Amino acid sequence: MKIPNRLRNLLTSDAGRGLTLVSPTFLYMLLLLVAPLTMIVLLSFWTQDYLDLDRTFSLKNYSEAWGELIYQTLMMRSLKISMLVTMATVIMAFPVAYYMSFYVDPKHKPMWVFLVTIPFWTSYLMRIFLWKVILGYNGVINGSLLEIGAIDAPLEFILYNQFAVVITLSHAWVPFAVLPIFVTMEKIDRSLLEAAEDLGDSKFWRFIRVTLPLSMPGVVAASLIVFIPTIGDYVTPKLVGGPNGLMIANMIELQFKKANNAPLGAALAISALFLVVSVALIFVWLNRKYLKNQGED
Amino acid sequence: MRFGLKAYIGLFMLFLYAPTLLLPVFAFNDSTIVAFPLSGLTFKWMAALRDTAALHSATLNSLFIAVTTATLATMLGILAARASARYKFPGRGPIMGFIMIPMALPEIIIGVSLLVVLLQMGFNLSLWAIILGHVLICTPFAIAILRSAFQRLDPSMEEASLDLGHSRFATFMQITLPLIMPAVISSFLISFTISLDEFVIAFFLSGTEPTLPVYIWGQLRFPRKIPSIMALGTLLLLLSLCILVFAEYVRRRGARKTGIEDQGGMW
Repeated sequence: MKIPNRLRNLLTSDAGRGLTLVSPTFLYMLLLLVAPLTMIVLLSFWTQDYLDLDRTFSLKNYSEAWGELIYQTLMMRSLKISMLVTMATVIMAFPVAYYMSFYVDPKHKPMWVFLVTIPFWTSYLMRIFLWKVILGYNGVINGSLLEIGAIDAPLEFILYNQFAVVITLSHAWVPFAVLPIFVTMEKIDRSLLEAAEDLGDSKFWRFIRVTLPLSMPGVVAASLIVFIPTIGDYVTPKLVGGPNGLMIANMIELQFKKANNAPLGAALAISALFLVVSVALIFVWLNRKYLKNQGED
Repeated sequence: MRFGLKAYIGLFMLFLYAPTLLLPVFAFNDSTIVAFPLSGLTFKWMAALRDTAALHSATLNSLFIAVTTATLATMLGILAARASARYKFPGRGPIMGFIMIPMALPEIIIGVSLLVVLLQMGFNLSLWAIILGHVLICTPFAIAILRSAFQRLDPSMEEASLDLGHSRFATFMQITLPLIMPAVISSFLISFTISLDEFVIAFFLSGTEPTLPVYIWGQLRFPRKIPSIMALGTLLLLLSLCILVFAEYVRRRGARKTGIEDQGGMW
């Protein structure tokens, strides 16, 4: 079979070769990401009729997901926890990234990156479970506080609540916040800092006026990387959250498994994703606006 | 200021490593209750692992999934990373952005959507279902690692090979692939580690055969089983550490060989 010249030219051009090469990965993602997501959107408009699926279009699941108090509470709580975790991780991570970028000897930087990422690679379930051990009734914190006589009875308010969920999730995600901020700081042109100093800025003002604004893209990236996946965490609330620390992912799992109402679970999942992406977009938009204004000063 | 920052870094590292440091403590603690004060040294939890058949089959399942996932994710990663580093093609930015999405998507969304699709299409849940999901989340990591290797590659090497009459395929196999081998190995090992540890997707997609994390999750409900789970966790921790140190070593050696300054890994 002869390949027409035109097609051959297209296939051997840079664009053709690039597209051919990327297509298997692209197709994989289409088949296993887009198709399932589309399917779940469809499912959320169907209804569960005992063991059968009723495939007529209906908004019933969404009116339930957005209208009933329990789902509203879980959704708002998950959003709140994700936001708190995002803030906590970014605030914790910023000084670390700053130290790594401005104080650590360049020779040792790869080692520091490695050190910060190691805990991420150790068993996820174990890490969460061990926070239960640390925060528990006979845990590390209570044990040490009792030992030094700071308290008379173990503190009970530190486990099985939203506080424990926020601590545990922050621990899991903080490496993901350090890295983007660090990478952005590494790109800051050091001569700008010298210029600020030459022009009479103190170290403090140099940080506020030069380093901080230039690190903002890293902070935004870190926030997004932490915020969006956190809303879907299932294990942490289940292990350390107690009854008042459960999040929307626990409800989604319940609907898909025990409650056998997959369409409602799908509607909850889509709603959660919609909420979290909307908040993220508003955040990015505000940030752009703010940074742009600052640039025009 | 400087002292304050250093003190903070110390506290941060303590926070970061606290759970990891506690794991071996309870793996060798002679008590069924995972709490302080400690009771004494024992190896019985480690010994118990040897005699648990369910654990062994879960380990084999996880290894099969992790090796297959790492192979597929690295292959898909090579294709996409090569395309984006070497060629300009229409829609490159959006296509690459799209391929990286699973990195930022809540895993529960990936888990339930794959579950729905597989069940609707009449597939039975099996280890392959989990592999499909794991390849999805590992490929973006593989691409991130491989892309920087392809970008560092000196194009004149490939050109020389083509000029000397090698076909494109032979050039890729004999010149390009050996040069990026360190990144290929580290992409394989990172994908392997992610897959071995992944819980949420495996939890939704595992049928009758549990993976290691799914098995661990089941055991966490039984207080009596927890010390031996701590022992298992310690072994897994050691395994991940060995893999990571090896991956880092290979990557750095590769970076030195190509004579480019070390940029600190996949990030």
